[in-house]
Amino acid sequence: MNSDSPAVQAQGLRRRYGSTRGGGFTAVRGLDLTVARGELFALLGTNGAGKTSTMELIEGLARPTAGTVQVLGHDPHRERAALRPRIGIMLQEGGFPGDLTVAETVTGWARSTSTPRPVGEALDLVGLADRAGVRVKQLSGGEKRRLDLAVALIGRPEVLFLDEPSTGLDPQARAAVWQLVRDLRAQGTTILLTTHYLEEAEELADRLAIMHHGQVVTSGTVPQVIADRPARISFELPEQPAEPLLSLPGAEVGFQDRKVTVRTRELQRTLTELLGWAAERGVTLHGLDARSATLEEAFLAIAAEAAPPEPTEPDAQARTAPRRRRTLIGASR
Amino acid sequence: MTLTAPRPARPLPTRRPALRRPAGLVRTELLLLGRNRTALAMAVLMPIAMVSGLHSLLSAERAQLPGVDLHAALVVNLTAVALLFGVYTNLTAAYVARRGELVLKRLRTGELTDGEILAGTALPSALLALLQTALITAATAVLLGLAAPVNAVLVLLGLLLAMPLLAALAALSSSHTRTVEAAGLTTLPVVLVTLVGSGLVVPYSVMPAQLADLCRLLPASSALQLLRIGWLGGDGSGAPTGFAGSWLLALPYLGGAAAWLAVAAWAARRRFRWEPRR
Repeated sequence: MNSDSPAVQAQGLRRRYGSTRGGGFTAVRGLDLTVARGELFALLGTNGAGKTSTMELIEGLARPTAGTVQVLGHDPHRERAALRPRIGIMLQEGGFPGDLTVAETVTGWARSTSTPRPVGEALDLVGLADRAGVRVKQLSGGEKRRLDLAVALIGRPEVLFLDEPSTGLDPQARAAVWQLVRDLRAQGTTILLTTHYLEEAEELADRLAIMHHGQVVTSGTVPQVIADRPARISFELPEQPAEPLLSLPGAEVGFQDRKVTVRTRELQRTLTELLGWAAERGVTLHGLDARSATLEEAFLAIAAEAAPPEPTEPDAQARTAPRRRRTLIGASR
Repeated sequence: MTLTAPRPARPLPTRRPALRRPAGLVRTELLLLGRNRTALAMAVLMPIAMVSGLHSLLSAERAQLPGVDLHAALVVNLTAVALLFGVYTNLTAAYVARRGELVLKRLRTGELTDGEILAGTALPSALLALLQTALITAATAVLLGLAAPVNAVLVLLGLLLAMPLLAALAALSSSHTRTVEAAGLTTLPVVLVTLVGSGLVVPYSVMPAQLADLCRLLPASSALQLLRIGWLGGDGSGAPTGFAGSWLLALPYLGGAAAWLAVAAWAARRRFRWEPRR
């Protein structure tokens, strides 16, 4: 049944906290999201962008104020019972009693799951087998995250929700978790994860969405998301120029003391012109660096550009606007 | 880190017995209870201390309850107190604590239903209250001597109705309790009203008739009256009856207890808070 429906489909999702008479806070404001089956989708966003609030709606832990969400064709809130055996959820914070051991915790979860993995297998997957007899309260932060992951995996879920799965992990544990996520993906598990590590999204995700102020601002594959972002060239001039001395058509040139930053959508052409100009004048470009757009740049630009939050915060736009002194060296129009 | 056997083909035809899932939670709760030595020791020692201590106080009630077995009355009152504090007050704090630790939220990500989670969390408190009830009864029988209850079935029914009712009231109280420390205060209204109005401190026989009738309508009154009728054969409004008469006397209380249980459970399901406020 519903075998053609996407793993996750959200339309016009809204979530408001607090009173409706004012003083409340709208964490999710008209969010649309589709995750295909078998896809690994990353939800990126700054802290407070609404990632966790969105995840809770999709997981069925909360009811949306407006809009609809379906997971495997089911309403996750109303049809929680039908959906739970098919999905696995890792919350941002544990919620496991500290007086139980790791093995007891996972065993308890396995007992209340329809088709559980063997407990040993779940612990092996996350590398906690040698900590099985340790009380949860004695685990490190990273170990607690991995216990959380083991519990999310206990029912062999078709769809896996991971809220910041690698936060608090050391580099080695993070690499192991990434490999585990890739393996699960290769086996056909649909995975929706949130993260604020850009390299995590770049490394793992088939597609990603960047959230800001409760909305999806942009989504697609990494190349799609950065496609309309400018490349960047930066260098330092030997002395501060007194007057405009460089014309680079189609590029935006920023100037701060002797440091120059050029943003362009045609990296090769602009770079050729710049190097030609430097050679002609005999100018040395110290620390010359040219790079294509990265996800990080796209992310930071979105964080700075997108719509202001609540109307109750009139100075929000001013606070998030970039404070970059910009002098154009030569008009490029 | 390797993945072993692939996931079995879906849909799985085998539907596990309905009680299997909650049984997992029950085992976890019992493990936790077993680790809480302080609570266990208190639960065992308190009833014995109370039976020895409160005996003299009850002689005051002898004049008000002619023909009633004093020791059975002691058992009834101590059982009611054990239920009130053991189930209602303790469990309110337990719900608040588990909510604060995000244990309840985490459980809701699994296959257990909301009702199973609330009942599973209530189980240790209920078991401790039952253990105390058994100890109270045994200690009274051994130390003071005790006649058999007039209608043991009613005693059992009273326990079976009082525990889920008090658990539902605890769930309701926890919804407007922010911290474990605050639970002492937020549970006070129900505790006081029940102590005073449900025949524990002030027997109905010494109240004006209209006030007594009003008090019989309080949430916990009916369930606790079933205990009283079961043990003593009377609800304090008239002379004690025998086994058959106790059924007739208990009938309205059975209805009242069931009605309050339904209302409290319904309200608890609607009002319960699963996560701390942000």
